[in-house]
Amino acid sequence: MTKNIILAGVGGQGILSIATVVGEAALAEGLYLKQAEVHGMSQRGGDVQSNLRISSEPIMSDLIAKGDADIIISLEPMEALRYVSYLKPDGWIVTSSVPFVNIPDYPEIETVLQHVRSHKNHVLLDVETLAKEAGAPAQAANMVLLGAAIPMLGIDHDKMIAGVQRVFARKGDAIVASNVAAVEAGFANGIKL
Amino acid sequence: MKHLLLGDEAIAQGAIDAGLSGVYAYPGTPSTEITEFIQMHEAKRKEGEAIFCRWATNEKTAMEAALGMSYMGKRALVCMKHVGMNVCADAFINSAITGVNGGLVVLAADDPSMHSSQNEQDSRFYGKFAMIPVFEPSNQQEAYDMMAKAYDLSERLHTPVLMRVTTRMAHSRAVVETTDACPKQNKMSLPENVQHFILLPAFAKKNYQELVDAQPVFMREAETMGFNTYTKGANPKKAILTCGIGYNYLMENYRQEMGCSLLKITQYPLPVAMINRMVEDGAEEILVVEEGQPVVEELLHGLVPSNVVIRGRLSGALPRVGELSPDCVRLALGLDALPTNDVDNIVVNRPPALCQGCGHRDMYAALNEVAREYPSPRIFGDIGCYTLGALSPFHALHATVEMGASVTMAKGAADAGQHPAIAVIGDSTFTHSGMTGLLDCVNSNANVVVLISDNLTTGMTGGQDSAGTGRLEKICYGLGVDEKHVRVVVPLPKNMEEIKQVLREEIDYPGTSVVIARRECIQTLKRHLKAAKK
Repeated sequence: MTKNIILAGVGGQGILSIATVVGEAALAEGLYLKQAEVHGMSQRGGDVQSNLRISSEPIMSDLIAKGDADIIISLEPMEALRYVSYLKPDGWIVTSSVPFVNIPDYPEIETVLQHVRSHKNHVLLDVETLAKEAGAPAQAANMVLLGAAIPMLGIDHDKMIAGVQRVFARKGDAIVASNVAAVEAGFANGIKL
Repeated sequence: MKHLLLGDEAIAQGAIDAGLSGVYAYPGTPSTEITEFIQMHEAKRKEGEAIFCRWATNEKTAMEAALGMSYMGKRALVCMKHVGMNVCADAFINSAITGVNGGLVVLAADDPSMHSSQNEQDSRFYGKFAMIPVFEPSNQQEAYDMMAKAYDLSERLHTPVLMRVTTRMAHSRAVVETTDACPKQNKMSLPENVQHFILLPAFAKKNYQELVDAQPVFMREAETMGFNTYTKGANPKKAILTCGIGYNYLMENYRQEMGCSLLKITQYPLPVAMINRMVEDGAEEILVVEEGQPVVEELLHGLVPSNVVIRGRLSGALPRVGELSPDCVRLALGLDALPTNDVDNIVVNRPPALCQGCGHRDMYAALNEVAREYPSPRIFGDIGCYTLGALSPFHALHATVEMGASVTMAKGAADAGQHPAIAVIGDSTFTHSGMTGLLDCVNSNANVVVLISDNLTTGMTGGQDSAGTGRLEKICYGLGVDEKHVRVVVPLPKNMEEIKQVLREEIDYPGTSVVIARRECIQTLKRHLKAAKK
């Protein structure tokens, strides 16, 4: 089993927390993992991505090749589209539907969403609203997105939840509970494979 | 123990476990996390010996302090981004002439593709320039393992060792198995021959001859330490030489049936005997997969017979610029690209920008308005978050070159007759390399305004301590700037008129003046407020 995951978003949205949880769950499963991150200048409100690779076999490249990603998980819909050339033809896009507009030439949001929908395998969710409805703060939107991506990640639902619990444990029970609720909300509103 | 570590963290843990006594560094992407990891280790440490880990003012002071610790027999680490090597080059090159007492490892983190840098310089050139051993790990585990070996080699051969990594090694995580042995630091000891550290020409000539004579020894180490490996393939006419993480991109695409001979390089000087063996085994074509500049590919032209075809970044088999990828290596191997989706053409660029609420923003808003009042202002920028002032919406900068250049370029422009000549420099960059330039300004009373945008931190790299915090005015007075022309403003929208007036007055003053725009970085402010709540 190998899953090549591109995590995308805008600097500060919290894509690295998704990587941390998936990584935690993958390592508990005894899987190999490599995760390339972006630090430095581009973090300042620019587009950011992380290449996360998990596999039952040793992993060589830290970067995912074009056409080799199984899934793009994005906290912003246009940012999901930025990496479609990395996606396998039958790969999945799991993205937030809420645009992050901090540039003057952001395209029409309807056009962006249409482009996402033009990919056969996609999940579009208003993760911020779902987070709030689940009683979690808006910052937990990333965990909603992670929940929606669980079926495509090849890691069992319960094991992913256990990963969330371990990652947030030192922040206290309340934070653990709201993050778990957010993941469950994403899982419930996503697509079952 | 197994840990999930960034390459940078693996290097830091490797140094700690090798008995490190001090890390000396100035923050710079992608090297910053090494020192931060050691600082965190120190903050949590309950037993064992202390490791010195305070940030240095710049890479040169870092390199020199590390050499001093090595002089006293202890193990030291110097970390920097690739362009930091230029700053510390004098100390670095001469540390190869003095040699070392305690182990000394210099870590340079290169940034091909310039994710957060102004050039793609390859630090392996510096290793060759200084004529010292260089390590270039291919993965995080190797990076960890190499640190102990690098310190041993450094002490065994009395030479500093350069460790070269690139962005994808520094900032990629993988599981690393670490030793559980409690590290032991070296005891203080003086160099056996103190003349080695006195580089008067008479002594330096002797030292340099010794360094030249040691070259075959360094090469033998590269052939025998076990990091470099050569495997003859079933089809040895085709050979592939990889350097550092180039190996991973190759193996991502390599198929056993290709049968190539394979030379994996992670230690320099180049192991010539291994290259010769590859040629003797029948190599007619060698593909060189190296991250950065074509250092090895160029050298190879002088090492193998002229009928052997050398392919790589110079020949065009791989792109001449930018970092390697599994994609470009795939094509160089003659494989087709994987089927994929077309690039989506509605996607627009999202360049990085100054944070909302950042003091640099208010500083630029005022500066731009005042600059417009003059027919031909020139504003020289520097390196930091505020370099983003060159982009929309401010378009405020007319130059940005390297650390400290704002001050001295403004001076040169003023010397040429430019008015107003304004330098914009951050507080950390000012203490890194701006102070000496300001002294030059004072000495000729250059007609410049040096605007220090002081956010009380090293912001771009994530908020590390800044060397001059709380003392910038005194530093400027000490350098001889007239106290009446060292002005302090608080960059907030409500102070706009006052800031503009101060800028006007100092631009119109025919001499050297400093305006300090001081307000804490909002990222560190958020962190401080959060910590205060707890």
